[in-house]
Amino acid sequence: MCLAIPMELIEITGEGTGKVNAGGIRTDVSLMMIPHAKVGDYLIIHAGFGIEILDREEARIRLDLFKEIAEATRHLEET
Amino acid sequence: MKQGDESLAARSLSREIYEEAGALPTEVRFMEVCGTHTMAIHEAGLKSLLPENIKLVSGPGCPVCVTEKSFIDEAILIGKEYDACLVTFGDLVRVPGSFGSLASYRAEGGSIRVVYSPLDAIAAAEEALGRPTVFLGVGFETTIPTIAATLKTALGKGVDNLFVVSAFKTIHPPLKILAAKDDLDGFLLPGHVSAILGSNCFEYLPRDFHKAGVVAGFEGLDILQALRDLVRMVARKSPHIANDYKRVVRSEGNPTARALIDEVFAPCDASWRGLGVIPGSGLVPKGPYSRFDASVHLPVDVPPAEDDPRCRCAAILMGSRTPDTCGLFGRECTPEYPVGPCMVSSEGTCAAYYKYGAV
Repeated sequence: MCLAIPMELIEITGEGTGKVNAGGIRTDVSLMMIPHAKVGDYLIIHAGFGIEILDREEARIRLDLFKEIAEATRHLEET
Repeated sequence: MKQGDESLAARSLSREIYEEAGALPTEVRFMEVCGTHTMAIHEAGLKSLLPENIKLVSGPGCPVCVTEKSFIDEAILIGKEYDACLVTFGDLVRVPGSFGSLASYRAEGGSIRVVYSPLDAIAAAEEALGRPTVFLGVGFETTIPTIAATLKTALGKGVDNLFVVSAFKTIHPPLKILAAKDDLDGFLLPGHVSAILGSNCFEYLPRDFHKAGVVAGFEGLDILQALRDLVRMVARKSPHIANDYKRVVRSEGNPTARALIDEVFAPCDASWRGLGVIPGSGLVPKGPYSRFDASVHLPVDVPPAEDDPRCRCAAILMGSRTPDTCGLFGRECTPEYPVGPCMVSSEGTCAAYYKYGAV
């Protein structure tokens, strides 16, 4: 039940409300828990609320780490 | 990532887990506390990437699974006695109570509205024109602030026909009971509950119980990485708290969300299905928000509910048994005709075992 997905904030629609988009699916969400969210942020959406803002730097670090691991494994398995 | 990178990274993490586990003299048991992790583990087939001596058991973090049967009974009785419209998350609709589920109550003419967001309950109350509208409140700290925000909004709008039946649960009290168990070595900590509470709040696991804990995301690689870190901590006898979901979880969590919880709710004792009453593990509306408390304003006499004595959900929720050791599993108890709560919830351990054939 604690499922939550990242969606991009594309518009602030009112006080504490915004519109988000993911793959063409758009919906209105409450920003009551993340009042500092800005257009362009990726929000973690749960039950119609943004509960947190995705940290892009940390997301990049994670992807780089897995790329690195994959590259090393590829190298290891080919030799 | 390039095509194939994900499976390469998974193989590499799996290999690291095998290496660390190979040095362990005994079996090691980790609990995934959160039901959403349970589903992700089974869906990705992660157990097939783990060595024999690393066991994953599911915990109590499935809100539907730990909600007492009497909660469903109370909701239906409120619906009947006060001609109320019941508003609920979809997860609860098929859960069997003592005299039927919300689905069967609806088939008999009861008014049930399924919503995605608790905010929809405000619209439902406004449309109901004074008829009592009752939100069935279940969930952990991920969901609780969304209900708190809903009640705050309702108070601001002066909505006076909205009520909440509270079966909210907080994660620390049961986690402390589980951490004291000798047969659990570490915890895969719930990612989105941690987004609210912060990764720092689990420091008592290593400090007071000498148990490891890793906050994990929900993709296959996130979970494998967290498991590798857990195995490593156990193998090196250095249990601590690690946060492998930093892209979402801050060490201090989301203080705005926690302030909402604190403004609207006060702790209370709560009864967990299978586990019994755990002091201070529930929440009820307080102060000006007590006007929304259904148990105060729409009281009903709820007869004590009895669970099927053959059902093993209690032991399964404690990580002491797996579904395949229950005599009902897959025979009398199936997702179509569930006996126990772990089968009825799509995130329940029994449902996951049944769906993915992980016996």
